[in-house]
Amino acid sequence: MSKALLYDATLCIGCKQCEQACAEQNKLPYDDKVAAESRQSEHKFTVVLASTGGDKFMRRLCMNCNEPACASVCPVAALRKTSAGPVIYEASRCLGCRYCMLACPFGVPRYEWNSINPRVQKCTMCSNRVLAGKPTACAEICPTGATKFGERKELLGEARQRIKDNPANYVDHIYGEEEVGGTSVLLLSSVPFEDFGYRTDFPHDPLPNRTFAVQSRIPDFVPLWGSLLGGIWWITHRREEVAKTEGKNVPTKGGAK
Amino acid sequence: MKIPNIRWFSFWKLVLYASLAAGLYATVYRFVLGLGPSTNLTDQFPWGIWVGFDVLCGVMLAAGGFTLTGAVHIFNIKRLHPIVRPTVLTAFLGYVLVSLALMVDLGRPYNIWHPLIMWNPHSVMFEVGWCVMCYTTVLALEFSPIVLERFNLQKPLQYIRKALIPIVIAGVILSTLHQSSLGSVYLIVPTKLHPFWYSPLLPAFFFLSAVAVGLAMTIFESSLSAKHFGRQLELHILKDLGRALMVVLIVYSVLRVEDLVHRGVLKQVLVAGYERNLFLLEIALALVIPIVLLSFRRVRETPGGLYLASVCTLLGFVTNRLNVAVTGMEASAGVRYMPRWTEVAVTAAMVGAAFAIFGLAAKYLPIFPEEHEGEPVVAGQNAAAPVAVIQNAD
Repeated sequence: MSKALLYDATLCIGCKQCEQACAEQNKLPYDDKVAAESRQSEHKFTVVLASTGGDKFMRRLCMNCNEPACASVCPVAALRKTSAGPVIYEASRCLGCRYCMLACPFGVPRYEWNSINPRVQKCTMCSNRVLAGKPTACAEICPTGATKFGERKELLGEARQRIKDNPANYVDHIYGEEEVGGTSVLLLSSVPFEDFGYRTDFPHDPLPNRTFAVQSRIPDFVPLWGSLLGGIWWITHRREEVAKTEGKNVPTKGGAK
Repeated sequence: MKIPNIRWFSFWKLVLYASLAAGLYATVYRFVLGLGPSTNLTDQFPWGIWVGFDVLCGVMLAAGGFTLTGAVHIFNIKRLHPIVRPTVLTAFLGYVLVSLALMVDLGRPYNIWHPLIMWNPHSVMFEVGWCVMCYTTVLALEFSPIVLERFNLQKPLQYIRKALIPIVIAGVILSTLHQSSLGSVYLIVPTKLHPFWYSPLLPAFFFLSAVAVGLAMTIFESSLSAKHFGRQLELHILKDLGRALMVVLIVYSVLRVEDLVHRGVLKQVLVAGYERNLFLLEIALALVIPIVLLSFRRVRETPGGLYLASVCTLLGFVTNRLNVAVTGMEASAGVRYMPRWTEVAVTAAMVGAAFAIFGLAAKYLPIFPEEHEGEPVVAGQNAAAPVAVIQNAD
């Protein structure tokens, strides 16, 4: 079954241990300078954002969509959705077209712009750990349980229960339940998600459907268009053949070449 | 065949050398330092003018190839025949240059062949890659008789002529697919591309505009080469193309307006703004001005008028592609993108190279009808060339 992360911002204390664990897991440098950076980057796959008052928090990381736009657009399938949940990246396949970066509705994938052999970089939901049956590094380290790892279905149920038990404490919205067809990262918050840059105007159908509606017609279109063009050629050149034959048989007519 | 002398220095030649030198320097700069220092691309704005102009406009500007070969060889419109060769040359050059430009833009250009063995049929980019690869081969085959004739290689020439119709049909199919698919590339970003440009009809718009631009480009290039090579202008042909261009532009306009109305975007045109202004610029250049111009007989049937209308159309649809790739993506990205000098230099060098190679090919190869008059032409339609000459005479 598909694994997921549930991040409940009301439980988060902003300790940023998830950031550090993420960096260690992905063998990225982490120090005070990196900790102070408030944007995802090619060396920081998750960030804990704090509100201006400093009392509300929100995580940003790859949402690991159920039907990811990035994987659907990748011409060489370097990005892939695994059945376990994580959306993974295989650098050796990548040709660097950056279509994934354009396509991602959450603006997640980052690029190693300063490398001459650049990779796309993003959280891959600790796919190695997940495959080994372990939780993600961020969920394992979280001291308050704000980031919780589990079955997507169960986490959704739990999220719903938390909102129901304590409606005053939550915005009535599980972010990621339905956005662009659902994601493997689910968010709960006491303040509007827009405050932390999460757009709430996303369609609920998966984005790859828009492309597939057109692409899936191609196999039917090719023979149809081909036979039409061939037919037009046959008709437009038939007249010439007729003219030619008639010209041979009835030389007296003279007009036809 | 006489080999003309080349004039090495003139104002435009110096501009060309400067642009090629700057482009070469910028390319070296890009490969030594990487994309970050050599472009203004960022995580928020991963595609700039190397995609917006070099690829989207490059492929669009090369659309004359399939438009003209289709019209002549499939629809049998013989009077267009004399301009097929220069148009196929333009298209072939266009696709080769697009492929080269893509090598500069790709982060890992040495992996460009990966789509051959690593498949993802769901990806529009995968399909475009295959189509462009196959179509460049088709164009090379369509162009090959010119080279084969030059060196008088009769055997391969015969094979090509026998296979010509299937080759042309394959070319039209492949072009229909990838010209429209360059629009489909943006179907995945309904939440990012400004509603002026995001539409489920993007593939139809890209295809129709490619046909219009193919016609406009043919007029543009015939006018230029008539002037530059001191040849007689095939005005009777260009008049027909002008009329066809007008029809395609009107059809495109109707579809575009219908789409804006049905998506309820038309009223946004009244609200002043950055996107609105560039949208209006695009509509004025690509549609309003050329359609108004071409509706006057005096304009439609004079070399200067046709030239002006075609230049407007070209600039208009270049604006359209840049609006889709750049203008329409800026608001959602939260950044303004302006290309860095390196990006402009590489792009300018590509354009310069296109002009230079076209000029050289026109000098050394039998591109224009006068030069292979009476000889069998691409289609093996012996009648076509003399017909053109007769029409030229009146």
